[in-house]
Amino acid sequence: MKIHEYQAKALMKQRGIPVPEGELATTVDEAVGAVRHLSDSMGNPVVVVKSQIHAGGRGKGRFKEHPELGGVTVVLEGVDGGIEAAEAKVRELAAQMLGSTLVTIQTGDEGKTVNRIYIEQGIDIATELYLSVLLDRSTSRNIVMASTEGGTEIEVVAEETPEKIIREEIDPAFGLTDFQAKRIAYGLGLEGDALGSGVRFLKAITAFAVDMDTDLVEINPLVVTTDGRVMALDGKMSFEANALYRHPEVLELRDVSEEDPSELRAKERELSFISLDGSIGCMVNGAGLAMATMDIIKTVGGEPANFLDVGGGADKDQIVAAFKIITDDPNVKGIFINIFGGIMRCDIIANGVVAAVEEVGLEVPLVVRLEGTNVELGKQIIDDSDLNVVSATDMKDGAIKIVELTK
Amino acid sequence: MSVFVNKDTKVLVQGMGKTGRFHTDKAIAYGTNMVGAVHPSKAGRTEQFIGETDHSGVQGRPDTYDVTIPIFRTVREAVNVTGANASVVYVPPPFAADAIMEAAEAGVALIITVTEGIPVADMVMAKRYLEDKDVRLVGPNCPGVITPQACKIGIMPGYIHTPGTIGVVSRSGTLTYEAVHQLTLNGLGQTTAIGIGGDPVNGTDFVDALKAFNDDPDTEGVIMIGEIGGTAEEEAAEWIKANMTKPVAAFIAGVTAPPGKRMGHAGAIISGGMGTAEAKIAALQGAGVVIAPTPTDMGSAMLEALSAS
Repeated sequence: MKIHEYQAKALMKQRGIPVPEGELATTVDEAVGAVRHLSDSMGNPVVVVKSQIHAGGRGKGRFKEHPELGGVTVVLEGVDGGIEAAEAKVRELAAQMLGSTLVTIQTGDEGKTVNRIYIEQGIDIATELYLSVLLDRSTSRNIVMASTEGGTEIEVVAEETPEKIIREEIDPAFGLTDFQAKRIAYGLGLEGDALGSGVRFLKAITAFAVDMDTDLVEINPLVVTTDGRVMALDGKMSFEANALYRHPEVLELRDVSEEDPSELRAKERELSFISLDGSIGCMVNGAGLAMATMDIIKTVGGEPANFLDVGGGADKDQIVAAFKIITDDPNVKGIFINIFGGIMRCDIIANGVVAAVEEVGLEVPLVVRLEGTNVELGKQIIDDSDLNVVSATDMKDGAIKIVELTK
Repeated sequence: MSVFVNKDTKVLVQGMGKTGRFHTDKAIAYGTNMVGAVHPSKAGRTEQFIGETDHSGVQGRPDTYDVTIPIFRTVREAVNVTGANASVVYVPPPFAADAIMEAAEAGVALIITVTEGIPVADMVMAKRYLEDKDVRLVGPNCPGVITPQACKIGIMPGYIHTPGTIGVVSRSGTLTYEAVHQLTLNGLGQTTAIGIGGDPVNGTDFVDALKAFNDDPDTEGVIMIGEIGGTAEEEAAEWIKANMTKPVAAFIAGVTAPPGKRMGHAGAIISGGMGTAEAKIAALQGAGVVIAPTPTDMGSAMLEALSAS
């Protein structure tokens, strides 16, 4: 589960991890008010206005409605013009950003609507660094990744200058040790006050990541200020889904407006669903088989509209719900149901499909492939139902048939 | 011969709830030697299983069975009394990693974890705990391990399997069934089918399974079913290139999966350009593995690999 930058910073602040001061705004007036508060407490009217969406690349991103405007904008008007000039600029920016659509390299062409902006104090930066804590699957341990190339995407650094990436493995029995934290700090070139500040930051952020069950904490950039403090200028966090039950305070930070409505509906019914751009709706049992079904549709010339795993224990109601989610997508021109019954019996799926069609109706072609436990019974139920269903002998046959029918 | 499990494997169930009971019954019907269960709130009692024998399993048994197994408070007690050398974990996610560690501490040599949804951090800790112990963990989030007509541990349908000479190893449940079904249709039985599970942190990986099949005199070829996410398939490709003496076929799911999205399995995600199906397929092809271009070609890919060797 992803959260916004301002939420991540609030969590870090609670743990004593240094972040700039800032205020969230959902209206123009709140944004302007924040400038006054920050200027009063910091003694400096320089602020940064940051769009809050669950996607990276905001600084380089541009608004559809305002092609000149970036998703993160520094307001320097206050340096010469004082607080009033800063307020006027933030008023203008907030009015343009709120409700507009930000397109970044991670949002896709459709972009994301900005409903929240974060007004943050400006920081005097000496150095920009990179830091993240994430799972290394090959060792089954969390690692710290750090680099002197702050502000650059880590994938780019890994590609172009891999020697600049520092890695330290976290032993779950001991956490990040002092000597490891120092080794990272030395590698980042920290010295003087910044060395101690950096070590404390590293220890605190890794403890946070472990305690809070994050699957990613990425601070890019991590900065050293001109007065030698190490601070998180950005904060990207995502929390591991299986562990959310033990972090109710994190669950409260969920912003459902950032999630796909169909995926949300599916989640409520405990179905594993992902929206895609194609025209062939898929209903499959098992994640691997569901992925393979998407692949084979593509191989025979079609495009899948979704990934949907109804799981091993779906009941009739879940099948009906799944069917509704698929048929509600206006792009869906045909449906392919691909089931290999194991514990899930084919007759249960067949009954669910018949019930779903009776309840929801069926206006597009439907191809069904059943195999495995109680397959004959399942086929019989479909045959006896008068449904306009095309049967398939295997998954390739089914994929070819549905692609033909939707041409 | 076979790998990991055979007719002498004595199996303990950890978590005799509704799911545990259901699959214990199926395992007994198949002929698996289920010797006991650990379930603290039911400890001291017994659980009885009565039903019709699944004749696709262990051969030469009567048409019905009536088996009663004891329930214990701890794995150590259960092992002391029953001599179990394998366990299957159905314990709910919040407690499953502890169940794995408990089994390891009690000296259970093979721990098969079916439970889906265990927090990653718990598995990181459990794997750390297992590091210096002589234990094999399979899973979590896996269908289990089956040696046809000998021993079925887990949730896979037994009847689709036939004894034979092909080793099967897979990250996916239903895709394993699909592969086994196609092997059987192509006249290829299986030595053992191993589901290694769809989680990012798991026990036995492709390399462990390939090593076991390579050393098993009855296994003549291996089919591996991978998917997007992580680099386990790439590591397998390297190992195959350097060590494997038997033909290998493979299918990799997720060629069409979009980046950054978790495709059902917690481990099935393409992140930062890593873990793509294309990279895995290229690595395996480089190691001489025959790739099934579509999931319906898994059986024929195995035949092709066998005939080329």
